[in-house]
Amino acid sequence: MSVLPAVPRRDALRLLAGGLALAAATQPASATAPVRSSARIVVLGAGAAGTAIANRLVRRLDGASITLVDKRREHLYQPGFSLVAAGLKPASYVVDGRTRDWLPAGVRLLEDEAAEIDPEARRVTTRSGTALDYDFLIVATGLELNWGAIEGFSLELVGENGIGALYAGPEYAERTARAVHAFAQKGGTAILTRPNTEMKCAGAPIKHTFLVEDIVTTAGKRDDAEIVYCSNSKVLFSVPIVSEKVRMLFGERGIGTRYEHVLKAIDPARRIAVFDTPEGKKELGYDYLHVVPPMRAPEVVRNSPLPWADKWKGQYWVEVDQQTLRHRRYPEIFAIGDVAGVPKGKTAASVKWQVPVVEDHLVAQIQGREGRELYNGYTSCPLITRVGRAMLIEFDYKDNLTPSFPGVIAPLEELWISWLMKEIALKPTYNAMLRGLA
Amino acid sequence: MKELSFSTFLAVFEEMFGRELFWGLVAAALLVTLVFVVMVVRERRLESRRFLRAELTAPLGAVLAMAFVFWFTNSGPANIGGPIDWVILAAIAVAGGGGLVMASYVLMGLMRRRRRARAMPAADQRPGPGAARPLANFKKAA
Repeated sequence: MSVLPAVPRRDALRLLAGGLALAAATQPASATAPVRSSARIVVLGAGAAGTAIANRLVRRLDGASITLVDKRREHLYQPGFSLVAAGLKPASYVVDGRTRDWLPAGVRLLEDEAAEIDPEARRVTTRSGTALDYDFLIVATGLELNWGAIEGFSLELVGENGIGALYAGPEYAERTARAVHAFAQKGGTAILTRPNTEMKCAGAPIKHTFLVEDIVTTAGKRDDAEIVYCSNSKVLFSVPIVSEKVRMLFGERGIGTRYEHVLKAIDPARRIAVFDTPEGKKELGYDYLHVVPPMRAPEVVRNSPLPWADKWKGQYWVEVDQQTLRHRRYPEIFAIGDVAGVPKGKTAASVKWQVPVVEDHLVAQIQGREGRELYNGYTSCPLITRVGRAMLIEFDYKDNLTPSFPGVIAPLEELWISWLMKEIALKPTYNAMLRGLA
Repeated sequence: MKELSFSTFLAVFEEMFGRELFWGLVAAALLVTLVFVVMVVRERRLESRRFLRAELTAPLGAVLAMAFVFWFTNSGPANIGGPIDWVILAAIAVAGGGGLVMASYVLMGLMRRRRRARAMPAADQRPGPGAARPLANFKKAA
């Protein structure tokens, strides 16, 4: 027997349509109204940070002139390089469309390279000689991989000579995968390195180490392979609790460690890697070598008055306040992303947190008020420990773990869900961030 | 994660599937749900025999959903780590099983209506707005 009243089809549909309309109507309206401004804003770099800030500022400001300067025509999804270098994704996975396609109408893209920054005159000059006067400058140039600092190394070696270099770009990440899989068939000694500088995604060399071990194990060659991770310091990771966890996992997986080993040179013919150590130069033979070069700010920043004078010598990161990302000497300049001179935060996750801070302070200044948002050094690293598992590690300036899902996703546990996030959810989240929506 | 809002989720899912496919999937799910609800409302009950038969497809839906996720990602059952992984896997199975049950129920209901429509005299097929009694009477008679 039915307890429901008889309702004709048309009325039932009307009822449901009305409910849906009501649900749509109760959605919150879009944030605050745009702020009128004629400010000239120049953004150097159209990577993750530059693109995201441009998309957000266009929405917040009405009438401002926003110019992005970047000569790279394709946008690279760098968090995917580790997956490409393990052969899990093709190189095309990390070529994330054209730079221009990520930019909203109302933003001018200058496909050129910044050659000079004059913060006194508030002017940027490009390589082709275009002068851009600004009221606000956002430095988001990214960083420079200093391959030349590794003596004997050249990018042509990557892929066929037991040499990997996943940071070098999509093509080289794919060539790295070839070298890894060739090593997995033959066995021998794998040496994995990291530089003695600040670096983008300090977890990537560790992920690559775990993945190499997993690929070799899956290939049935684990007994024929020795895998050694060479750290630049006395720890494996800058956050002590994470470093200890990685040490334990390396121990469980039989991955060897060398501390205070900094790669200086290679001899590809003899397959010898030369390291600086506290005891002097040391040579290690390899069948697979993962090269991560020293990193520093790009030339235009190095040659400007913007870098720190007394910190990170030889690396030239922009001297900004750690919490506001505003330049400490030139208040109309901000730096975000890899080039910002802050202790942590050379990841896309950091960019996601830094961009709203800079947006807030810049718009606040236009409005004549104080900005409120502060950056706490948040960064995130889905630390892959094998194909199919990862640890979702998030932390801040103080080395505190800052899990997004406390009590649900344990940061120091190897989980499938953390892998799913890395493999499926991260790129869409990144893309939404580029559009200023996440 | 910063700004973990409903609009962020929508933006992420739009990026994951592409805007057209995502909203197409949402529309398809809403359509099946809508037809299911309309069917229940119009028939004034959940047809227990049909629902029981639809429920038989639940294990298939659950297995297919889990298999799809493993196939779509570079992972497998051996990668299940902590409790949250089991919860997620169970949620995927429930979504797959529940979805297929609902879809099967709707499909069987539509097929039954079509068969019934063929068997009914033409005058009874379109009772007109507000005229629910002839169908109710027909049900009683059936």
